[in-house]
Amino acid sequence: MLVFETPKSFKKDFRYSFCKGCDHGIAIRLVAELIDELGLKEKTILTTSIGCSVTMYDFMDLDCIEAPHGRALAVATGVKRACPDKFVFTYQGDGDFASIGLAESMHAALRGESLTAICINNTTYGMTGGQLGPTTMMGQITTTSPMGRNREYYGYPIHIAEQIAMCDGTAYSARVSLDSVPNIRKAKAAIKKAFEAQLKGLGLGFVEILSTCPTNWNMTPSEAHEHVKNNMTKTFPLGIYKDVTEE
Amino acid sequence: MAHIKIDENRCKTCYLCIETCPKGLIKKSNRVNKLGEYTVEFVDEKKECIGCAMCAMRCPDVAIVEVHK
Repeated sequence: MLVFETPKSFKKDFRYSFCKGCDHGIAIRLVAELIDELGLKEKTILTTSIGCSVTMYDFMDLDCIEAPHGRALAVATGVKRACPDKFVFTYQGDGDFASIGLAESMHAALRGESLTAICINNTTYGMTGGQLGPTTMMGQITTTSPMGRNREYYGYPIHIAEQIAMCDGTAYSARVSLDSVPNIRKAKAAIKKAFEAQLKGLGLGFVEILSTCPTNWNMTPSEAHEHVKNNMTKTFPLGIYKDVTEE
Repeated sequence: MAHIKIDENRCKTCYLCIETCPKGLIKKSNRVNKLGEYTVEFVDEKKECIGCAMCAMRCPDVAIVEVHK
């Protein structure tokens, strides 16, 4: 009996271009599995902007639209309002979602757009070479914070899932991790809830996913996952911060 | 019979599956990929695999393409 197979929403003979041990691959697979399970493939429009996350449309057999840096949710709003019957979601990194695009992201949540946003948080700008990002943890060494992030010079990291949960238009906001198999299963359940928030027209469904960046963290894939488990989840506690999908 | 199918072209040799398999059935092979790194192989001589699919859940590159139970 076949219990696992490559999701049908992937392109034939795709091969990820991510570094080895990068959890982007898992997040994209979970999305692909859910699109298959919910039968959304023909009505989905994926919106991406800039970062490692943008390469998602190279692997998915979906209709996609490219937004300027950080503006994925603004473009997705236009798409959804023009075609309300479509299923529209964004797939972004933390620099894209919470730094360059913070205003667009926050206002999409405040407007309560029926969209789904997925944000990969790896505490750095992965594609451009590991600079300090909005979610870089205190004390973390990056290429632009060689002595580690401190309060005096860099200030504090943003907690995206909590901030989005505070917006009245948000229907679902959660933070999940991909550091272990049980957490991967929980992540899939959270993404499903965020998809359902849109399908029921309740408002913005948001999931922040803690991910690894072994290349820019100078770690092996195994060490990077230990780092997520032992350090990142302390700064960014996992959990569901808002859920009105059941009411 | 429970078994898995690995696509060596997709495998990037992160070896997370080796750590994940509860029965220790995935091992480094003698074959190398284009980057000269040892790919993984599934060795189940005692038929211990139960098809839990944890390796496929863990693999970041969807290199474990099928799990049969």
